[in-house]
Amino acid sequence: MSQPNRLSVGGRIDRSKPIEFSFNKRSYEGYAGDTLASALLANGVNLVGRSFKYSRPRGIMGHGAEEANALMQLGQGAVTVPNPKATQVELYSGMVATSTNGWPSVEFDLMAWLGKLGGPFMPPGFYYKTFMFPQAWWLRYEKFIRKAAGFGHISQQPDPDIYDKLNHYCDVMVIGAGPAGISAALEAGRNGKRVILADEQCELGGSLLASQQNINGASASDWLGTAVTELASMANVVLLSRTTVFGYYDHNFLAALEQRTDHLGPTAVKGTRQRLHRIRAKAVVLATGAIERPLVFGNNDLPGVMLAQSVSAYINRYAVVPGERALIMTSNDSGYQAALDIQSAGRTVVAVVDCRYHAEGRLAQMARAAGIEVITGHGVIEACGSHSVTGAVIAPLDQAGDQITGAQRSVSCDLIAMAGGWSPVVHLSCHTGSRPVWDEQLIGFVPGPNVQQQYCAGAVVGHYTLAHALSGGAAVGAEAAGAKVPEIHFDCGDETEAQAQALFLIPHSKSVSRAPKQFVDFQNDVTAAGIELAIREGYESIEHIKRYTAMGFGTDQGKTANVNGVAIAAKALHQSIQATGTTIFRPAYTPVTFGALAGRDVGSLFDPARYTATHQWHVAQGAKFENVGQWKRPWYFPKAGETMQQTLNRECLAVRNSVGIMDASTLGKIDIQGTDAREFLNRIYTNDWSNLKPGKCRYGLMLKEDGMVFDDGVTTCLSENHFLMTTTTGGAAEVLAWLELWQQTEWPELEVYFTSVTDHWVTYSLVGPNSRKVLEQLCNDVDLSAEAFKFMDYKAGTVAGIPARICRISFTGELSFEVNVPANQGHFVWQQIIAAGEAYDITPYGTESMHILRAEKGYIIVGQDTDGSLTPQDCGMDWIVSKTKAFSFIGQRSLHRSDTARSDRKQLVGLKPKDPAAIIPEGSQIVMDPNQQIPMDMVGHVTSSYWSVCLDHGIAMGTVKAGFSRMGETVYCPLVDGRTLAAEICSPVFYDPNGERHHD
Amino acid sequence: MLQIYCPYCQELREETEFSYSGEAHIARPLEPQQLTDAQWADYLFFRTNPRGIHHEMWYHASGCRRYFNATRNTQTYEIYETYPLGQQPALTCDIGGKR
Ligand SMILES: [Zn+2]
Repeated sequence: MSQPNRLSVGGRIDRSKPIEFSFNKRSYEGYAGDTLASALLANGVNLVGRSFKYSRPRGIMGHGAEEANALMQLGQGAVTVPNPKATQVELYSGMVATSTNGWPSVEFDLMAWLGKLGGPFMPPGFYYKTFMFPQAWWLRYEKFIRKAAGFGHISQQPDPDIYDKLNHYCDVMVIGAGPAGISAALEAGRNGKRVILADEQCELGGSLLASQQNINGASASDWLGTAVTELASMANVVLLSRTTVFGYYDHNFLAALEQRTDHLGPTAVKGTRQRLHRIRAKAVVLATGAIERPLVFGNNDLPGVMLAQSVSAYINRYAVVPGERALIMTSNDSGYQAALDIQSAGRTVVAVVDCRYHAEGRLAQMARAAGIEVITGHGVIEACGSHSVTGAVIAPLDQAGDQITGAQRSVSCDLIAMAGGWSPVVHLSCHTGSRPVWDEQLIGFVPGPNVQQQYCAGAVVGHYTLAHALSGGAAVGAEAAGAKVPEIHFDCGDETEAQAQALFLIPHSKSVSRAPKQFVDFQNDVTAAGIELAIREGYESIEHIKRYTAMGFGTDQGKTANVNGVAIAAKALHQSIQATGTTIFRPAYTPVTFGALAGRDVGSLFDPARYTATHQWHVAQGAKFENVGQWKRPWYFPKAGETMQQTLNRECLAVRNSVGIMDASTLGKIDIQGTDAREFLNRIYTNDWSNLKPGKCRYGLMLKEDGMVFDDGVTTCLSENHFLMTTTTGGAAEVLAWLELWQQTEWPELEVYFTSVTDHWVTYSLVGPNSRKVLEQLCNDVDLSAEAFKFMDYKAGTVAGIPARICRISFTGELSFEVNVPANQGHFVWQQIIAAGEAYDITPYGTESMHILRAEKGYIIVGQDTDGSLTPQDCGMDWIVSKTKAFSFIGQRSLHRSDTARSDRKQLVGLKPKDPAAIIPEGSQIVMDPNQQIPMDMVGHVTSSYWSVCLDHGIAMGTVKAGFSRMGETVYCPLVDGRTLAAEICSPVFYDPNGERHHD
Repeated sequence: MLQIYCPYCQELREETEFSYSGEAHIARPLEPQQLTDAQWADYLFFRTNPRGIHHEMWYHASGCRRYFNATRNTQTYEIYETYPLGQQPALTCDIGGKR
């Protein structure tokens, strides 16, 4: 038989379905129903990796989420998954698995001899101590260290799989389908409630799947079958297997990861690989069980040292006995179950070593009756072997388990099953902000006070016997459903258990610091000696000890390590475990793929994109686009063979010399109506709107209450009580919320209504000295002459036969007309304008040329030249701040706070490079003295910078401390590449300073 | 993720529909120009930031687009009540009298 550790009968595996797989490039065979871990153990493979820091050989220690050692690299190519635990990976045909650590190989490891140096080479705090200074060393060594420490690798290719998200609502969410969870779901379901029952394993049942007990006369397996059939028959119950609830959030919101096809292998994948369930529950039942604790003794990390419950699970569920001669070390009754199971499987139980002086519980008596040797008052102080267990050293202990009281002796064995007591899985309860509470009687942390509508049942609250779990589950299931607790009796024959002993560190004949390593956190190689050292070095808070030693920082979040570590720290600190407390568990309970969190929100669905009505025309013209908020805006329109700068030069010259056209439809537009609309504008803008006549436009500046520039734009008076406000493209939503905020909270007496009309209208800027001649061809009902249609006028009419709102406003300093038509006619009107402009070589231009043209005029772009720290005065825009308005507009009072009134604030000025050909990079820091030692005194930064073809030199804007009083002075911009560019502070109005051009 | 009852829509909705809008019941001074810098700064910058009961504004941005008030426990995130602007909270002291 190729699987030497496989039993010929029993278990929940299917021997008629053999499965081929490979591990570390060797082929093996397992059965359907196996996990990768059980299949490896069946094949006698128990060396599965190298440890994180010391590179020690490691084997499989657990059988579920608690596994700390058996991290795998699963699958190849684009679908490879780093770090699943072999104990949670269902075996599929053709599986390719490798160890994640162990370099160059698991059997011969380059790091192993470094590991043998052990303590001196990598003590706790190693990373801090060694690599804090100099920083350059860390940069040099990081790669090496990470590779040596390795926890797998991710694919560099795009993920070909599909992930979904699902939203659920239910009355009762039951987490964990062990005996307590099944029992709770049954009661809640029988009461007609909407129930979801989720469990991380492929089969519902939890510990029942490996239980040899009877429930009311039926085998656990039969009882489970009946219960699951009943649950499945209820229309109001949803059963989710392979589903891990990994986060428990506010207001009973839960997140769960369902693995739909991972167990089939990458070639068999059809449909969605994983689903993220987002669940809102009225009540939550935590039936998350408990995890067995390892015992901390010398070399307790050797392959062949396993959790006792896991040994039982492998025997009963997978028909695998992971050893020939087993020694059991226990501090409570449950270790005896493993002894009984091993003996039933026909293997040798060397002895049960029980640290307690009296072991008279039911299971202990059964073991003795079965002829198993029980050695009380002893401990396994050390495991022996180089790559796996070959023996153990046992010694008599005092009653407290603190001291060795007599001669030690060696025994021969190849498996050590350890039962160090139970740690309730308090993680989800902890996610709600409830600190776990230490229970002296149970010797474990149990969930703290409920923060939300939450119930607990079974081992998570220390109800360890099967009968107690079942009855407790039924009770809270009914309670969570708002129903009467039923009278159900469960007889499982396990009602009595003897008191366990608290044993967190088994003493060695040598001191902790000199004894063979006694591991607490297997995944992160944290030892008892390491924790004691951290305390000697002055760490007292458990959160600090955690960070210094890295205890609990692994992908297993210290599921097996935490309690032992806390207890060892408490003892060293001479304080109680309750006083020491536990570290906080945070989501996710087990690792979650980014794919599942992202779901379908990837690629083109990552973020909604907004397109203008003319978008396809821009695309056809070969426009390059830039993202402005969610909008796709034409950036520039290159012609064949042009560089970007050549394009920009051509576009800018066309605007200045003939005519250009820009799609400005993305500007935010808010329709404002009401008898108090004008008064509202007075309060929200810095300038005065009292006398703006219908048919007139005005530029407005909006401040936050702290006096800082927030948004700007032109608002048009359409009629006495009707205005159209434009906002920046990116600020539209925020401005609308801002207007609503003030109207609703402070001025509800004002009659004014706001409607977003951004998408309803397109806006085309027709710009340049020939703009009038182009528009005249399309517009026969509006007099466009300079006399009749003045700068800042608005008129309604038609353009190409389409009703239009036309404004004479300019963001370039040129004569220009802004044409607004309903969006549905936008594309048609655009094409008509292009056709009419042909004679003048009308040139479409994008946002980049727009930026250059406005910078030549010194017009600011809010959000580029401003950053929420500039007042209108800082921007040189005091002219737009009314001093005469009756109402103290938003932000006004802040403009003369002592800080905003300072004369040495950073002020927005023009910057003219001394080298006419230079373009200072935007974002460059500005200094006054280029020769000053680092750190230099930075007086501001460059906000906008371009090549101006019209002026034939570079231009820039920037903030400079007290810049207004430094006109003509030279400033310097030290660049990343080592150059320093000099510039002269000047007015930001570089072009047509008297504004003569747009008044034509 | 919170569930919030909009007093205008009169429905319990997901937090993603709302945006937070700061402490509630802070009236804008009627005569800002009459205030000292310290008084203005108190209105502008200083917030109670309590541990426990907090009255705060929320905005039903993806719903009715109206602002309303909520009484929320900043420690447990429990929301005890939501109420329209202009009304006073029913609950004003911390549960259990703890500050
Ligand atoms: Zn609403």
